[in-house]
Amino acid sequence: MDVLYFAWVRERIGLPKERVETSAATVIALVEELRAREDRYGAAFADLSALRVAVDQELVDFDAPLAGAREVAFFPPMTGG
Amino acid sequence: MRIVVQEAGFDAGRELTRFSARSGAGDPGIGAIVSFTGVVRDTAKGTLEVMQIEHYPGMTEAALTKIAQEAMTRWVLGDVLVIHRFGQLAPGDQIMMVATSSAHRKDAFEAAEYLMDYLKSRAPFWKKEILRDGAQWVGARDEDEDALGRWD
Repeated sequence: MDVLYFAWVRERIGLPKERVETSAATVIALVEELRAREDRYGAAFADLSALRVAVDQELVDFDAPLAGAREVAFFPPMTGG
Repeated sequence: MRIVVQEAGFDAGRELTRFSARSGAGDPGIGAIVSFTGVVRDTAKGTLEVMQIEHYPGMTEAALTKIAQEAMTRWVLGDVLVIHRFGQLAPGDQIMMVATSSAHRKDAFEAAEYLMDYLKSRAPFWKKEILRDGAQWVGARDEDEDALGRWD
């Protein structure tokens, strides 16, 4: 699936988008996989209360299932307007 | 309903004129038009050089459409306009605009406030302030999240 990062999450991880092969069943399982990769992921995902996640462009909770998902995006709380 | 996400600037006066003409022509029962224009504000005491606005193409348009559709089910509205910019903006630049039309002012005002409250916290935009001596991401404010509570 495609994993996208925005704002300071993108800056900490160092890229806006990547292809991730995963069998993670939920968003939180995917986060654990990413955290185990490299320090920069650990830094980006250190405090999940400071993050939001969207699966296929819909806001969801971190325990949301990933079955059939094409795109997962991680970002800080939004600051539009 | 018209949802616009663009990098270019817009002319709020012309947009309002067009919105008003279209609302009135489409429905003679329209008696109220409310508009709000947001402007890039320098909260850093004159040191803000650029406001960078990042967004999530695709989700942004979908989220704004959903928010506008929800407003149209909650209030009796003739039409809704949402314009939001992204990219590099300067202090004083117009950043976004909403407009609503309705038979009565209460619906038009409330719907415009609802649109503003939701697009601040539920549309995927992020602001970064480029200051004379550094840069910082604008943090989400608890008050903005709390503001959604009144629409439950």
